[in-house]
Amino acid sequence: MSSRSAILDSLRQNVPPAASLPAPITGISYVAPIKQFEETLTIAGGVLVRATGPQDLASALADIDVYTSAAKVASLVPGIPSRNVDLSAIDDPHDLEGIDVAVIPGKFGVAENAAVWIPGETLTPHRSIFVIVQHLILVVPASEIVDNLHQAYERIQWSPNSFGIFISGPSKTADIEQSLVIGAHGARSCTVILL
Amino acid sequence: MTGHAEKSAAFVADEDRTHWHDQSLWFVRTKRDRQASAIPEWEALREAASAIKTHTLSRLADYLEEFERNATANGIQVHWARDAAEHNAIVHQILASHGVTHLVKSKSMLTEECHLNPYLEARGIEVTDTDLGERIVQLRKEPPSHIVMPAIHLKREEIGELFHIELGTEKGASDPKYLTEAARGHLRSKFMGAQAGLTGVNFAVAETGGVVVCTNEGNADMGASLPKLHIACMGIEKLIPRAAHLGVFLRLLARSGTGQPITGYTSHFNGPLRGGEMHVVIVDNGRSRILGQEAFRRSLGCIRCGACMNTCPVYRRSGGYSYGYTVPGPIGSILAPQRDPQKYASLPFASSLCGSCTDVCPVKIDLHHQLLAFRKVLVDLKAVPLQKRLSMAVMGFVLSHPSLYRMGGGLMRVIVPRLPRSLVYGSWNPWGIQREIPPMPQQSFRDLIRKEPS
Repeated sequence: MSSRSAILDSLRQNVPPAASLPAPITGISYVAPIKQFEETLTIAGGVLVRATGPQDLASALADIDVYTSAAKVASLVPGIPSRNVDLSAIDDPHDLEGIDVAVIPGKFGVAENAAVWIPGETLTPHRSIFVIVQHLILVVPASEIVDNLHQAYERIQWSPNSFGIFISGPSKTADIEQSLVIGAHGARSCTVILL
Repeated sequence: MTGHAEKSAAFVADEDRTHWHDQSLWFVRTKRDRQASAIPEWEALREAASAIKTHTLSRLADYLEEFERNATANGIQVHWARDAAEHNAIVHQILASHGVTHLVKSKSMLTEECHLNPYLEARGIEVTDTDLGERIVQLRKEPPSHIVMPAIHLKREEIGELFHIELGTEKGASDPKYLTEAARGHLRSKFMGAQAGLTGVNFAVAETGGVVVCTNEGNADMGASLPKLHIACMGIEKLIPRAAHLGVFLRLLARSGTGQPITGYTSHFNGPLRGGEMHVVIVDNGRSRILGQEAFRRSLGCIRCGACMNTCPVYRRSGGYSYGYTVPGPIGSILAPQRDPQKYASLPFASSLCGSCTDVCPVKIDLHHQLLAFRKVLVDLKAVPLQKRLSMAVMGFVLSHPSLYRMGGGLMRVIVPRLPRSLVYGSWNPWGIQREIPPMPQQSFRDLIRKEPS
């Protein structure tokens, strides 16, 4: 007998009594979701920048030190050019090493945990771009901040063979004596620009 | 065979360190409390999580088949392993067929349970654990002492000394920021040189045929999105039916485990990299047998958040290694004796049954009830020392005969104070090793009540 059948048979022999799924949960809502998002992002080690609209994006970026001083910038946001990087010319994702900043559009943000949803297709052609660069700038429409994760999952469309990620703040660790250190493997900073 | 009490003796002998360990974990517990109290629907979330797990377990075979169908449609290759040996052989076969010599891993308690690292290393594959805490204990040739914070038992000076020897950091340097930066550089070179990445699985979703992995460091994403080959290993109990259920579990997981509203990176892998391969290895290794045991099946709902360890007064003061099993603390004390009741017989007794673990468990596993129930199983199996079984038998007999109890009490009040200390605290009385018998009262409670004016 294959291991697959052996496991499934064993599970069916040991099956517990039937139990139904619970009703969906209504999650917390906030009077000021953007304020909640900002506070939570700050605790997660990130920085929130408010921009008035798409025309204001360039000036918002101009105020971010890691962006202005970066030698190499990879941008996936329309209208914001990359700097000394041509993502489409890179075949092996290992060659992304050395990029200072990635500017990536986020689909929406979640107020309760400062997570930003990034669908995999946004990252084309290199899924690893968000984690391999030194600093991350996420651009999210201010109108797209939901209260909680339940609302977030209602918004996500799943397509076959896809990837998607919630990012909440920069890469971090507290594995040495519970001391929080920002910049473990991924981004050393995470700035979220709300448009 | 040494039990929990013997294994923890060395740890508790260092009083300062015991206190420091206790405080470190309590700090995480208080962070958890702040997060939990900020969510008004917290208890409803726990109820929902528990109900989703109970439902899933009642249809686990069906959901695994649904997962396999959808994962295959996503281009993921699904493998099934009955036990640890088969799991290790499958992983090795995948790596060997791709000529992999360097593997980077993110956290996976399942591969710890299966002892995958030594298996692969014996076959010429370099395995690098990339979670900072896991890398620290790997360099020390130790297992993790906690499932979420693998190096929680170590002080910064010890890590500084380790990194000085292994990574060439400055002698005496112990600043966590400096040490983390050194590890970042060291591990990035490992990521650049690896031909494959292996991750654990926090949740597998039947509906999407994909897996979700949570990290704060981003190491799972470095490992799964740089090399073309990604292997994800999961126990059969990691499955949930719908993607919407992730909303429930992800709201609970990090809040319960580390006191964060969510981990930094929550990655949804529903297929391989462009031009790459993704494999999922589904492992039973004794889990389907636990499913058949009514008193213990709820332990399969565990999402490995670590909250029961952080709150446990025994774990906090005895350290993870005193349990001698991959998963320590209250949940480990139920899972381990399922695997080998004789070897892990002392673990269900390593609890005061205070119930704090049950109170914080995000999926409402009745941990302290299961610990008590397991004690009964172990006594029936005669896996408990004869001394304990005999004394409990005598105690049971006396307590069920009130006249004998009254007579015994009267005799004890007279005799015990006259006995030499060496006899009362003899080797027959392990209870007295760290405790003093209270002074014998002049009269029993019963006598006192009789004399009270009604």
